[in-house]
Amino acid sequence: MTIGVKKVARPEQMSFGESLYLLEIMKGLAVTMGHFLHNIAHNKEIPTIEYPEVRRTMPARFRGCHRLMKRPDGSPRCVACYMCATACPAKCITIVAGESPDPAVEKYPVRFDIDMLRCVFCGQCVEACPCDAIRMDTGWHTPPEDTREKLIYMIDKLLEK
Amino acid sequence: MELILFILFGAIAVGGAIMVVTRRHPMASALYLILTLFAVAALFALRQAHFLAAIQVIVYAGAVVVLFIFVIMLVNVPENKLPMERVTGMRLLGVVAAGLLILESAVLARKFAMPAGSTADAGSVQAVGRALFTDYLLAFEITSVLLLSAVIGAIALAKKKI
Amino acid sequence: MNPLFDIAVAVARVAVFFAFVFGLVVVMTWVERKGAAYIQDRRGPNRARILGLTLGGVFHPLADALKFLFKEDFIPDGAHRLFYQLAPMFALAPAIMTMAVVPFGPPVTIAGKTIALQIADLNVGILYLFAVSGMAVYGVVLAGWSSNSKYPLLGGLRSSAQMISYEVSMGLSVMGILMVFQSVRLSEIALGQGELLYGILPKWGVFVQPLGFVLFLTALYAEANRTPFDLPEGESELVAGYHLEYASFKFSMFMMAEYIHMVVGAAVVSTLFFGGWQFPYLADKGFAFPGGISVAVPAAAVLILRIGSFVGKTLFFCWLYVWVRWTVPRFRYDQVMRLGWKVMLPLSLLNIFVTGLVLLFIDKGGF
Repeated sequence: MTIGVKKVARPEQMSFGESLYLLEIMKGLAVTMGHFLHNIAHNKEIPTIEYPEVRRTMPARFRGCHRLMKRPDGSPRCVACYMCATACPAKCITIVAGESPDPAVEKYPVRFDIDMLRCVFCGQCVEACPCDAIRMDTGWHTPPEDTREKLIYMIDKLLEK
Repeated sequence: MELILFILFGAIAVGGAIMVVTRRHPMASALYLILTLFAVAALFALRQAHFLAAIQVIVYAGAVVVLFIFVIMLVNVPENKLPMERVTGMRLLGVVAAGLLILESAVLARKFAMPAGSTADAGSVQAVGRALFTDYLLAFEITSVLLLSAVIGAIALAKKKI
Repeated sequence: MNPLFDIAVAVARVAVFFAFVFGLVVVMTWVERKGAAYIQDRRGPNRARILGLTLGGVFHPLADALKFLFKEDFIPDGAHRLFYQLAPMFALAPAIMTMAVVPFGPPVTIAGKTIALQIADLNVGILYLFAVSGMAVYGVVLAGWSSNSKYPLLGGLRSSAQMISYEVSMGLSVMGILMVFQSVRLSEIALGQGELLYGILPKWGVFVQPLGFVLFLTALYAEANRTPFDLPEGESELVAGYHLEYASFKFSMFMMAEYIHMVVGAAVVSTLFFGGWQFPYLADKGFAFPGGISVAVPAAAVLILRIGSFVGKTLFFCWLYVWVRWTVPRFRYDQVMRLGWKVMLPLSLLNIFVTGLVLLFIDKGGF
């Protein structure tokens, strides 16, 4: 027997009533009418979520758009160590490091761009970060934009979320 | 009033028929054929033969021409590959013959004039049905046998194994 | 009587029936979407609003119409320009013409003149209906062919084959009704259904011709290209079928034609098989129930009840179209053809034969 060929049981012979087809259509009509009347009577129970007004609550571990965390003084917590950029399988993070004015901190990110069009939302950057500077807990899908440039998120945008 | 309508629909029928033969595109010819059939149906209706008018539209315009169009669609010759029609001696002779035919029928029509004005219900469903099943019963039955044999012949030709 | 009165009456009849059918078409587009949603446990259209009111989305047809009006009206490259533009008209015109012979009420006497509540009481009534509705296939076929595209062509081919096949069984299935009521005038058929059958049941077409009713309804669905027979526009294999290349108002003309077919079809079914404007047990003077009980009803109320009964039946059958559409899946093409030629045609011939036997031997000269 050739690999991948599978014998499927054909549906068994239809009874006379079933082969008339009309009775079965009546049964189907009864089912749909049941749904129709139930949905009219219990309008509130329709599972549709009225999206822009009502939002579905995302699960706690949902990986949405990224954000960068801040220190208490407002400067980014990121130390430009390149761990996230290295871990990223999609190579969507671009970091340019600069010397930090704060003597306690060695480096800070001059640029921190995430190309949302390339990001695969795997969460590796969050896992890799040693200072808990990047998180994916905004609960947002990437919102649509009309140009590709707007979908490369710069450090300002990432910090303000 | 009736005369005006008769002339109008007669002109449409003749004009449509001429267009059917002169149009280069087969789909245009088919559509003009529908127009002609409708005009003929209107002529039937003018003579109080409403049943005939309805049957004319149902059978010819509603079914036969649809089959024509079906074939035109299936063959679907692109516009630039349609054959060019040329005026040949044969065609000119055909026009002359058609002219003679019209002349002949005009002479015949003058000789055997139709009874002027028909009764209101000569073309009604009941009258046509009664005529079909009493006076013309033999012709009716023979026609049905002919059609049946045509159907059987078509199946025999189309189907290799019966 | 002056001819002005006659003209006024004729215009009024056309206007009223046009308003009724087109109003119902608009409402039906909403009913279709909302009904589909509720059957499938969704909410359906509820966004379009006027002055902050949504009213369950009844304004969506208005929004649709505006959208159709303002969209770009384009003709695809390689389409046959003339036929491409003619096709929507070929689709819409027969659909509008069919409504002319449906009686929507009993004859009324106003100012000493009897006025039939029907646009035209043709003496070939039902045959006119078949003749005109048979024309509808040209719109579909022309649209499919002139678009110069594969899918519309396939849709057009399918629909022409399907419509011819079902026209045959449609015509034959209604023959039983013509035999029982001995007329092809829709007004006389409606009038004949006012009698009682064996003194109990109203003599409606559905009670004297149950098989004919089922066959006619099925053929009607096939003629109107509605599910389960909407193969000409099967979106899963033909994208949108014959009107794939149409946009803007031309598309809406196809859409309107389909819905007018639905509405007029519903009106015809209720006239032929459900007594038309006849209200059960309601005679000219009032109710006359089988037990000998009678209730007098004023003439105006009788008229209103009768027209209301016609409208109610039509609405029910319009809803049935929607209801069936969201219940029964689409047939495969070979199944449609097999059903048409091998099931419906023999059954409708059998129906005529049995009706003839019954009329000849059991009820000599009608029920």
